[in-house]
Amino acid sequence: MSRRSGLLFVAPALLLFGVFVLYPMGSALSYAFFSWQGTTRGGFVGLENFTALFTQEPFTTQLPRAFGHNIAFFLGTMVIQNTLGLGIAVLLHKRGRTRRMLQTLYAMPYLVSPIVIGYLWTLLLSPTFGPVNALLRQVGLESLALPWLGDPTTALWVVVLVSAWQWVGFPVLLYGAALGGVPEELSEAARVDGATHWQTFRSIVFPLLVPAIGTVSILTFIFAMEAFALPYAFGGSTGNPAGATDFISLLFYRTAFENGSANAIGSSSAIAALLFVVIFGGAVVATRVLRRHQDRVAA
Amino acid sequence: MTTTITSPSATADSKDSRPPKQAKRRGQRPIGGFVGSTALWIYAIAALIPLLLMVANSFRSTSSLYSDPLGAPWPLNFDSYGRAWTEGHFGEYFTNSLLVTVGAVTLSTTVSTMAAYALARTRSRFFTILESVFISGLMLPIHLAILPIFYLLDGFGLVDSRFGLMLVYAASGVPFSIFVLTTFFRQLPPELEEAARIDGANSWQMFVRIMVPMVRPAVATVVVFRFVPIWNDFLFPLVLLRSRENYTVPVGLTTFFGEYSTDWSSLFAGLVIATVPLIVLFLVATKQIVAGLTAGMSK
Repeated sequence: MSRRSGLLFVAPALLLFGVFVLYPMGSALSYAFFSWQGTTRGGFVGLENFTALFTQEPFTTQLPRAFGHNIAFFLGTMVIQNTLGLGIAVLLHKRGRTRRMLQTLYAMPYLVSPIVIGYLWTLLLSPTFGPVNALLRQVGLESLALPWLGDPTTALWVVVLVSAWQWVGFPVLLYGAALGGVPEELSEAARVDGATHWQTFRSIVFPLLVPAIGTVSILTFIFAMEAFALPYAFGGSTGNPAGATDFISLLFYRTAFENGSANAIGSSSAIAALLFVVIFGGAVVATRVLRRHQDRVAA
Repeated sequence: MTTTITSPSATADSKDSRPPKQAKRRGQRPIGGFVGSTALWIYAIAALIPLLLMVANSFRSTSSLYSDPLGAPWPLNFDSYGRAWTEGHFGEYFTNSLLVTVGAVTLSTTVSTMAAYALARTRSRFFTILESVFISGLMLPIHLAILPIFYLLDGFGLVDSRFGLMLVYAASGVPFSIFVLTTFFRQLPPELEEAARIDGANSWQMFVRIMVPMVRPAVATVVVFRFVPIWNDFLFPLVLLRSRENYTVPVGLTTFFGEYSTDWSSLFAGLVIATVPLIVLFLVATKQIVAGLTAGMSK
């Protein structure tokens, strides 16, 4: 294909992508370095918007709290994916026809919108008519029939568990594919030498799964840092109850659109830039660690 | 499709007959045997019960939900759907979501297919750089650019417009679509086009008549994979749309949950309406979904 017609083929995509993705992404970062009066841009203020996040209320209380929740969300999801998710993938391995069927069933919850999932669980966990508490009472676990989402100590864990429930089918698929790539001869040889299933898994299969676990970790990290719709459905934009389900994205949204301060754009863009650095930095570091591990295995 | 969704009797069969029998080869035996397969089915039920409850409760009246939280959805009561669809404005939300999603997927798939073809069939430094610019978009958290996108659309007079929202979604889908389609075009042998060129076809004719039909499976994957996140997206319509007649389903849901908070059965019906298109898509395109999720993972 000639360069000229090549350009003609690429032009529409480039225009769309440039105008609605590249340009806004670039200016999003630049917004954070200016002071703002409503929607008019003031002078260049360097890192002032960033330092304000660490010295001024409400950011000094809300930012660390929200960030802590994002981290808890990440770690909680990771634990569940790498125990339950990996366990299911191992059990599913070599199950032929049932495997496809079950993978499909596990995949269903994560097609559903996080906002639908959040609202669904607020209804299911409702203290007045929620089937969850009704069931707990029925089987004599009266003491566990709590207002799960009304209590700040349990609300965050409800968000974590619900999200893990929604997404567990994804690591099951990825780990399943990775397990399929482990050469049969290796585990066969180990078993001939008298290794148990568990020993074979720990010393042969697991090390070969590390790249897949790494990929899942990176994707989970990005996903956890961006969490917005699910906590919004559970606790609204303020992270009810009492900020227990507040997340960075909610803080960003509140600062940008519900705050009313003159410098709302400056502060919220600084939060966005910070979040961007955390996501990007985290992903880059994790990729590097992963690559080093792979080099070591190959050597 | 047909291979994935097996009939219940067939799967029950394989579940029972497999483990006790001596497998043909040692390596073919699934781990965990009968206990494992029971655990897998129990988890499948756990994964689906919340969604089944959503559907079941939408067919019950609010008073019966209150008096008996664990009751059966019998006789079926469709009133909740009528209320949600007309009084709750879900008819409008649903149409808006469908317009925006279908428009965005069509636009981004069209421009991306053209661009991907050019990127796969040109070999110059310029196009290599261009391709990496597009692909880098896969890692950009576009939601963080919501403020500049808002002002950009404001400049075009496209705030509170379904068309504006559609353009943003179309642009955000370009990196993924180009990524998948370029890989696919590269696998096609160049002889196809040489033959057509001898017959006097120009680049455009070649693209439309020969190349597009060849990449149909990849296009299907792209369409399915872009449909789901756009249909489910919450932040963009929350910020970019202002009036109810433009709302898409996820934003409509938040309004609905505020206004109808005591009409529980209609709330469940609203959630079902928000999910139905995804279920339909899922049933039609399971193969694409499973293939796309494991793309690049299997060997």
